[in-house]
Amino acid sequence: MTGLARRRRDRRAQLRPARLSPADRLRTGSSGLRARPTRVVLSALGIAIGIAAMVAVVGVSSSGQAELDQRISRLGTNLVTVEPGSDLFGGAAKLPEEARARIDRMPEVEHTSQVELVGGANVYRSDLVPSGESGGIGAYGVDLDLLEAVRAEVDEGVWLNAATTDHPAVVLGAAAAERLGVHRITPDTLVLVGGTYFSVVGVLERAELAPELDNAALVGQEVAEEVLGAKGEASTVYVRVDPDHVERVRDEVGRNANPEKPNEARVSRPSDALEARQAADQTFQGLLLGLGGVALLVGGVGVANTMVISVLERRGEIGLRRALGATRRDIRGQFLVEAMTLSALGGVFGVLLGSLATGGYALLRGWPVSLPWWAGAGAVVATVLIGAVAGIVPALRAASQHPTEALGAG
Amino acid sequence: MTAEKPEAAATDSCEAAARPSTAVGGPAPTTTRDPGPAVEFTAVSRHYPGGVRALDGVGLGIGRGELLAIVGPSGSGKSTLLNLLGTLDAPTSGTVRVFGYDVGALADDQLSALRARWIGFVFQQFHLAPNVYAVDNVADGLLYSGVPARTRVRLALRALERVGLADRAYHRPHELSGGQKQRVAIARAVVGSPRLLLADEPTGALDTTSGETVMRVLRELHGDGVTVVVITHDRELAAALPRRVEVRDGRVVSDSALPGDAPCRTEAGR
Repeated sequence: MTGLARRRRDRRAQLRPARLSPADRLRTGSSGLRARPTRVVLSALGIAIGIAAMVAVVGVSSSGQAELDQRISRLGTNLVTVEPGSDLFGGAAKLPEEARARIDRMPEVEHTSQVELVGGANVYRSDLVPSGESGGIGAYGVDLDLLEAVRAEVDEGVWLNAATTDHPAVVLGAAAAERLGVHRITPDTLVLVGGTYFSVVGVLERAELAPELDNAALVGQEVAEEVLGAKGEASTVYVRVDPDHVERVRDEVGRNANPEKPNEARVSRPSDALEARQAADQTFQGLLLGLGGVALLVGGVGVANTMVISVLERRGEIGLRRALGATRRDIRGQFLVEAMTLSALGGVFGVLLGSLATGGYALLRGWPVSLPWWAGAGAVVATVLIGAVAGIVPALRAASQHPTEALGAG
Repeated sequence: MTAEKPEAAATDSCEAAARPSTAVGGPAPTTTRDPGPAVEFTAVSRHYPGGVRALDGVGLGIGRGELLAIVGPSGSGKSTLLNLLGTLDAPTSGTVRVFGYDVGALADDQLSALRARWIGFVFQQFHLAPNVYAVDNVADGLLYSGVPARTRVRLALRALERVGLADRAYHRPHELSGGQKQRVAIARAVVGSPRLLLADEPTGALDTTSGETVMRVLRELHGDGVTVVVITHDRELAAALPRRVEVRDGRVVSDSALPGDAPCRTEAGR
């Protein structure tokens, strides 16, 4: 009898269901999608929109960062500015006259230039403008090598040169030109600086490392002293430093500029401000990413919904497959793979859409296009996971369906 | 379909008559020398929740290589019978043995494997996947048998040849006539060389000519040694088959294979 029992067990052991190969799993899992392309497109669209939004946010932010990095590396992070701060009593301090010369003697310093804000010299388009409407434009006496130090560019016209330093010629900062309504430079474009007409020879582009120069009228130091009453006191010293020693110079330059009262010299590094601005944008990005996440969630619910309906509609197919020998596991796997494929299709489409949006936006802004690879890969992995979660309940429901029930009562 | 006492008695006598016709009455056949019957029902009942008795104490034996019709009007329990024959369902009481396996004692996975290897189904509504080539529809009949994809296609082409549709292999279902669709479905059912072919109203959705073609194909398969069970409500179609089992109200009321056929029919017939 034991032999008989064992043989019976052996026969049962023969009845082991075959396992589907991964390729077959994928094929059966996508068969339902191939049969209903419209529905696939519509329900994958939800996922695609969410993913596209998130990829675009990451892409735009990364492109913006790339642009900023490019700009900063063009402008250089090795510019240090020294300005007079305030004295112990809160009054305005002055930089000693020889400050620039002393800074120049520091071994790590490559180049310096200075400007002097001429107090009381207001700038007007003409003498018909009421004196109260100066627009806050400051008149500066500048050295000829200023542009080299701050790496600003001339937008229109020319920069001051040896011939124009002792003539009443002026170069306007970008904002100042805008305010004064100087759009084109002709030989008779004049502005009134400190009561004297100066001819405008050039307009600068925005000076990103020296924003104080944007709303300024720049005249040669000699003219400033002769005509406007400048005193030769630096209001800002621009210091270009050996890039490897920026930190050291930054710490020591104040003492060199004003050895007696080092606390009265205010030292800063303008490129820090540019970098800080990018950080501020990140709050906004977080919001956009959150919105993308909500869209993704809604997309996931859409996939779950589509799958539930699909399972209801395909009771006959489920029954047929059970009749052909599919196990519950096979059915569960089929619908799970289908949900994952559906969602991943949305993900791939979303990555494409998001990349296009990133590219378009970056081109529009003249930025370099940059999209980290992990954004695309992460998006697709995330959608596969979303699909798996969305597909669990429909797949379990499909698998628990009784095969006879699925074929319908005949 | 709720049983009444006198009928129950009549069924019991029929069942008693049915039993000797089966080859084996004892435990499951375990030797390969005597393969035993294809299917063996012993006092099988299938009740559904709510008191519906779809089958009530049915005894039935189907030998290997038989071709028979199970005939009865709708609601007679013949679909329940088909589900039990195909191991898609288990009896509420009694035992169903398919190729010696006690269906009620097998796990769901084992039943799936049993169907994948030995049982082929043909349905009235064909159940072909739309927009999928006939050959791929047929190849899906082997999907759950562990056969590699390339072999599946090769066997599918051979199965289509067997039902006379070799030239329609790369047609989609909507490009085929009803009869052709049913032949594709038959090819799918037999592509895995099952021992038992269950056809549920195979001609129900077809015109006479197509129906005849389908029946011819089924006869040919029977000729090749396959056990073929045709479930139908069509008495004319059933009459053309070697054996007829008539089902009514969840009971077998006549079986042409039994000598004591007539009394059963008269007692149970209305």
